[in-house]
Amino acid sequence: MSTEKKRVKGEVLLEIRGLKIEGSSDGVWHPIVKGVDLTLRRGEVLGLIGESGAGKSTIGLAAMGFARPGCRIVDGSIVFDGIDLRAASDEALRELRGSRIAYVAQSAAASFNPAHRLIEQTVETAVRHGIKSRADAEADARDLYKRLQLPKPDTIGDRYPHQVSGGQLQRAMTAMAMSCRPDLIIFDEPTTALDVTTQVEVLAAMRDIVEQFNTAAIYITHDLAVVAQMAHRIMVLRHGKEVEQAPTREMLKEPKEDYTKTLWAVRKLGKPESISDDIVLRVHEVDASYGPGMKVLDNVTVQLPRGRTVAVVGESGSGKSTLARAITGLLPPTKGEIYFNGKPLPRALKDRDKDTLRRIQMIYQSADTSLNPRQTIRDLIGRPIEFYLGLKGAECDRRVVKLLEAIELSEHYIDRLPGELSGGQKQRISIARALAAEPEIIICDEVTSALDQIVQEEILTLLMRLQKETNVSYLFITHDIATVRAISDEIVVMHQGKVVQQGPKTKVLNPPYPAYTELLLSSVPEMDPDWLTRLLEKRAAKSREKA
Amino acid sequence: MTSQPADLRVIRARRSFSENAWRTLKTAPFTAWLGMIIILVYAIAALFAPWIAPFGESEIVGKQYLPPSAEFWFGTDQIGRDMFSRVIYGARNTIGIALATTLLSFIIGGTLGVLTALKRGWLDQTISRIVDAFLAIPVLIFALMLLAVFGKSVLLLILILALLDSTRVFRLARATALNVVVMDYVESARLRGEGTGWIIFKEILPNILPPMITEFGLRFCFVFLTISALSFLGVGIQPPTADWGSMVAESKTLITFGRAQPLIPAACIAILTVGVNFVVDWFLHKTSGLRE
Repeated sequence: MSTEKKRVKGEVLLEIRGLKIEGSSDGVWHPIVKGVDLTLRRGEVLGLIGESGAGKSTIGLAAMGFARPGCRIVDGSIVFDGIDLRAASDEALRELRGSRIAYVAQSAAASFNPAHRLIEQTVETAVRHGIKSRADAEADARDLYKRLQLPKPDTIGDRYPHQVSGGQLQRAMTAMAMSCRPDLIIFDEPTTALDVTTQVEVLAAMRDIVEQFNTAAIYITHDLAVVAQMAHRIMVLRHGKEVEQAPTREMLKEPKEDYTKTLWAVRKLGKPESISDDIVLRVHEVDASYGPGMKVLDNVTVQLPRGRTVAVVGESGSGKSTLARAITGLLPPTKGEIYFNGKPLPRALKDRDKDTLRRIQMIYQSADTSLNPRQTIRDLIGRPIEFYLGLKGAECDRRVVKLLEAIELSEHYIDRLPGELSGGQKQRISIARALAAEPEIIICDEVTSALDQIVQEEILTLLMRLQKETNVSYLFITHDIATVRAISDEIVVMHQGKVVQQGPKTKVLNPPYPAYTELLLSSVPEMDPDWLTRLLEKRAAKSREKA
Repeated sequence: MTSQPADLRVIRARRSFSENAWRTLKTAPFTAWLGMIIILVYAIAALFAPWIAPFGESEIVGKQYLPPSAEFWFGTDQIGRDMFSRVIYGARNTIGIALATTLLSFIIGGTLGVLTALKRGWLDQTISRIVDAFLAIPVLIFALMLLAVFGKSVLLLILILALLDSTRVFRLARATALNVVVMDYVESARLRGEGTGWIIFKEILPNILPPMITEFGLRFCFVFLTISALSFLGVGIQPPTADWGSMVAESKTLITFGRAQPLIPAACIAILTVGVNFVVDWFLHKTSGLRE
C-alpha cells in the first residue's frame, strides 16, 4: 500500500472532473452538484466554502467515491492517485477508505461509538486493514494524542467518549483519521460545534498534524475566517457550482465574483452603540441551580435598557441560557430578584399573569424545534394574537398578514407548514410569533447560530429594523462575537455562571480587558491567514513569560 | 401580488379537510386501496345489515346444517338460521364492539400517557408501575378470569378489554410524547401561558398522531381477534347475538365432515385483519418517511 517514497509533495493526488450528483426527494431526482472540477495535490489543503445546500459535504464525500443514501453520482470522473473511484469495486473502495482516505465529521460525539474506549476506536481501522499490529497501532495512537496536544496522552485513550470534552473528542477523531497515515483527509465542518476558545486549540492541532505528515486535505466549512487559517487554496461553492477558486491570500485580498464579495461583506454589518438609562429589566444578584450543588448562576446582575440590545456572551456552560430560563420563570431563581419596569417579577412562571407573560417573549436557536411542525403559519402567528389580544377570525388573519409583511414574507405563506420553509424563513416566523404578542422584551437565544452567514445578516438586519419600529428591547444570547459587534449596545460577558463584565460595547471590546474577556476575544478567528500563527506565538510567549 | 394594505384585502381561507384528504389519497398504493375497499365493504355490511341480510339475525328459516344453496348462500347453522344473514349481522356486532373497545382504550391510555409524559414526577411513577404490573399478565387469561368473576355482558366485555388494552396504548403514547414534550415549541407554549389542555391537544397530540393512528389500526385488530377468541371460548358475545367467533365455535364440528362452513366466519375475521393491516402499513410508511 502507501509507501513513504510515493509521497512526493506537489504531485496530483485527487482529480475530479465534471462531477454531477443528484439527490432524490419524494421520488424525483434533482441536481445537487452541477459539474464541479477540482484538483488536489499532495500536501495541499483545499478549503471548500459556501452556505448550506451549496453541495460542500456532498463533494467531500464524493472524493471518497461515496454518495449518501438518496444521492447518486451521475456524471464526471473521480481519480484518486491513478485509481478511478467511480469504476472501482466496493472491495477496492473499502481498501481505500479509512486507510488512504479518511473522514472527520462535524459531530465527533455522534461519530464515536459510546460503548467503546477511544483508543480501541482510534486503532480499529489500522488493525482491520492489517496495516499495523494492535500493539504498534496503540503505541502510535498515543503518539498521535501527544502530537494533537491532548492531556495525558498515555491514558486518555482508556476513556469513553462521554468522559472527554467536545474539543478533545474532535482531536481524538483526527487521531483516528490519522492512524493509517492517509494520503487525504476530508474535514467536514470539524469545529463548527465547538466554542471559540476550544476551536483555536483544535484548529492548531489539526493544522499542525496535517503539516507534519504532509497529508492532503479538503477542509469544508462555512466559516471564512477558519478556512483562511487552514487552507492553501479556497474554492467558493454556490448551488452546486464553483463560483471561484484562488490561493487563500489572493482570495482574501481581492475576491473577483460578486457572490464572494457579499460573503466577505457579512462581517461588516454594524451599528453605533447608544446608551440609555431607562431600565426595563433588571436582574439583581440572582442565583439559580438545577438541584442542590449544581449552581449554574452565581450572583448575576444584568440590566437591560428599553429599546436597546444587550448581548450576553460566553462559552457553552457559562450560564447564558440559564439566565434566560431564570428571567422567563422556567427556572425560578433561588436567590435575588428580577425587576421588570421597576416592579419585582414573580419568580415562577405559573405565578405570572397573562399580561406579564405577553411582555416578555422568547426566540429560540432552532426554529425547527421551536415551531410546531403540525401547525400552519396562520396558527403559529395567530395563536399569540388570539391568546393575548383576543382577536379572532378574519381580524386575526389580517394581523397575521401584517406581521408577515413586517418580516418580509408574502401572505402566500399563510397556510404553509414550517417544513415547507427554508431555515431563514422559519426563523422569521419565530420572530413574527414573538412580535405578535407586542412585547417589551424579546430574549433571543442564539437565534442566528444555526443559519448561514448571508441569512444571519438578513435576520440581524430585520431584528434591528424591528427594534427601531417598535422600541422593543433585546436580550441577545450568543457565542458569536461578530454578531455581538454588529448589533449590541451593551455587552455582558459570562463565564462559569458569573458575570465577568458588563458595559457599553466599545468599552468591553477594547482594552483593558479582564483576563477571560481577553481570552474570548482573542480566540475569535479573523480574516487574516496569519492570525492563528500569530495568536499561537503570542500565547506561547506569554506562557514563557509567566514561567 | 396586490399592493393594497392587509386590512382591506380578503385573506385566503384555510385549505379544507377534504382537499387535504384527497391530495393524500391520490398517492395511495394498490395494497392500501385494497385495504380501504375491504374496510368499506365491512363498514357497509355493518351499518346496513338489516337491509342487506335476506333473513333476520336469529330467525329460524330451515333445517339444521343445510349445505350452501341458492336460497341459503352459506347454508344454515345448528338450529337452522341462515349463515349468510348471520355473517352480515356479525360484522355489526363484532366490529362495533371491537371499535368501541379500541376507542375507549385509546381515550384512557392516550390521555394518561401524554399527561404523565408532560407532568413526570410521582404521577408518572405511580401510573407507569401499575401499568407495568398489568402488562405482566396475559390479556386473554386475565380477561377470561375477570369475565368469569363479573359475568358476561357486552358492556363488561368492552370495559374489561378496553382497560387491559389501554396499558399498551399508554406505553406508546407516553414514549412518543416524551420525545415531544422536550421540544422548544412545548416550552414556548408554556411560556405563553397556555393551559395543560391546550398543550396536550394542540401541541403534543398532533405530533404523536401518526404512530397513534397506526397503533389504533393494529390494536383494533388485536382487540377484534381477542373478542373473537373469547366468543369462541364462550365468554364473549352471547347467543343469540350473531358473532363470528361464536359462529366458528358453533359450526366447528362440520369441518370433520369436510364442510367449509366454519371457515366462512373465520375468513371474515382474517380478511378484515389483513385489510386493516394494509392500510396501516401504508400509513406507517407515509408518516415515517421510509423509502423502499
